[in-house]
Amino acid sequence: MNNPNKTPYATADRIIEYLGQSKRFDGRGLEDFRDIEIETDVSKNAEGSVRVKMGKTEVLVGVKMSVGTPYADSPKSGNLMVTAELLPLSSPRFENGPPRFPAIELGRVTDRIIRESKFVDFEKLCIEEGEKVWTVFVDIYSLNHDGNLFDAAAIGAVIALKNAKIPGYDPKTEKVLYEEHTTKGLPLSKDVPISITYYKIGDHLIVDPTLEEEDISEARVTIGMLGDNISSMQKGNEAGIAVEDMKKIINGAEKIISKVHKKIEKYLK
Amino acid sequence: MTYKRTDGRKNDELRPVKAKVGVIPNADGSAMFQAGKTIAIAAVYGPRKMHPQHQQDPTKGKIRCTYNMISFSVSDRIRPGMSRRSTEISKITEWALEPVLLLDKFPNTVVDVFINIIQADAGTRCAGINAAAMALAHAGIPMKSLVTSVSAGKMDKTLVLDLDKYEDSEFKEGEGSTDIPITMTPDGKITHFQLDGKINAKQLNEIIDMVQKSCKEVYEVQKEALKNSIEEKG
Repeated sequence: MNNPNKTPYATADRIIEYLGQSKRFDGRGLEDFRDIEIETDVSKNAEGSVRVKMGKTEVLVGVKMSVGTPYADSPKSGNLMVTAELLPLSSPRFENGPPRFPAIELGRVTDRIIRESKFVDFEKLCIEEGEKVWTVFVDIYSLNHDGNLFDAAAIGAVIALKNAKIPGYDPKTEKVLYEEHTTKGLPLSKDVPISITYYKIGDHLIVDPTLEEEDISEARVTIGMLGDNISSMQKGNEAGIAVEDMKKIINGAEKIISKVHKKIEKYLK
Repeated sequence: MTYKRTDGRKNDELRPVKAKVGVIPNADGSAMFQAGKTIAIAAVYGPRKMHPQHQQDPTKGKIRCTYNMISFSVSDRIRPGMSRRSTEISKITEWALEPVLLLDKFPNTVVDVFINIIQADAGTRCAGINAAAMALAHAGIPMKSLVTSVSAGKMDKTLVLDLDKYEDSEFKEGEGSTDIPITMTPDGKITHFQLDGKINAKQLNEIIDMVQKSCKEVYEVQKEALKNSIEEKG
């Protein structure tokens, strides 16, 4: 049986050889994303839900809301909870059991892209100061893993939040009325945060890798931006990134993000 | 007083059913099954080496099912991870499928079946089993036949087919609601049977006949979806 967890050496050599000529197996340039297909409202019991397909990578993201108590240090502010599950259904390399590091990191990085960009105005999600606030759950599930789950998850989270409708709430019984479908959306900023993740393979930097490419990358950098501000970053994996490379990444991100924005624009209205 | 169904269905009428094969490209076999507002997806990986090794069987391959619901598939968010309920349904699903599988040619291996409920409106275990049977066939696992799962029940005193969420968990009048999910092979062997509620033997006999009849309907939908997946490949 083949090891499903690795790109074969011969393929790896060929990928690197191609990158030397600024080419990739699927004909993309080094800084091109795959086509993005989006379907919203895929799970009707969620307050908002979306399926994002990027090439063969596919994620399902849903928003649920419930009423709870605020944290002591932010009595006027709603809560955000982002979790990710790498479903064994989505790849032979994911197994059942409690979330392992890759799932935890995916949830946390996506959390920060949303939270730090101030995309959601959490003060507007306060029902009663110090007592009752909305908690917004964003749950991310992989459906088919073919690389770059980070950026697919962030796009999914943003569009699911955009589509979410706040359920009804009865302050007397303190019950959330999930069956009552309001038309009230979440308090969101006009601009949306988008993340892109650069992957370093040898001396090359690429975005939106397929799994084959992701497997042989030595390091990655995720940048979350809203407008022209960078609001979250994460460098992942073992290898170091040279200062010049990091600057290249930081300076190049905005251009790529605006291209991604164009691809998903029509779902942001 | 006889019970009248809220969605206007006849008592022996299934919800609209949809099936599609090949929904997860990474998997060896996969399928989606939808009944009304309930949507299940299933993916099959294997036969592959059984881990942990001590669970290997040198005489035959094994099937291992994992059923779980997506956190936002229901109104009140479910905490991610396996619950007691999903653990039981996983095992029930395994038992429902095992009798039709021919795994003696694959010693020491496991066929993993992962079922996720995307959207829940009752009957999720039936939808899951239907999707899983199709995914196994799509993966080319040797099978004697498919299996088909349908639930029937009793609303107060009226027998009905394929309960939706209101009928399954919110209806409280008279004798309340009884839910009986059943899985069968096309030649009429029952591989899974559960019952929750209150019903007499005579009515239960009727239920079984009702389910057997509608299993044939669903079976045709499953077969059709599998055929279509081959035609698409040309």
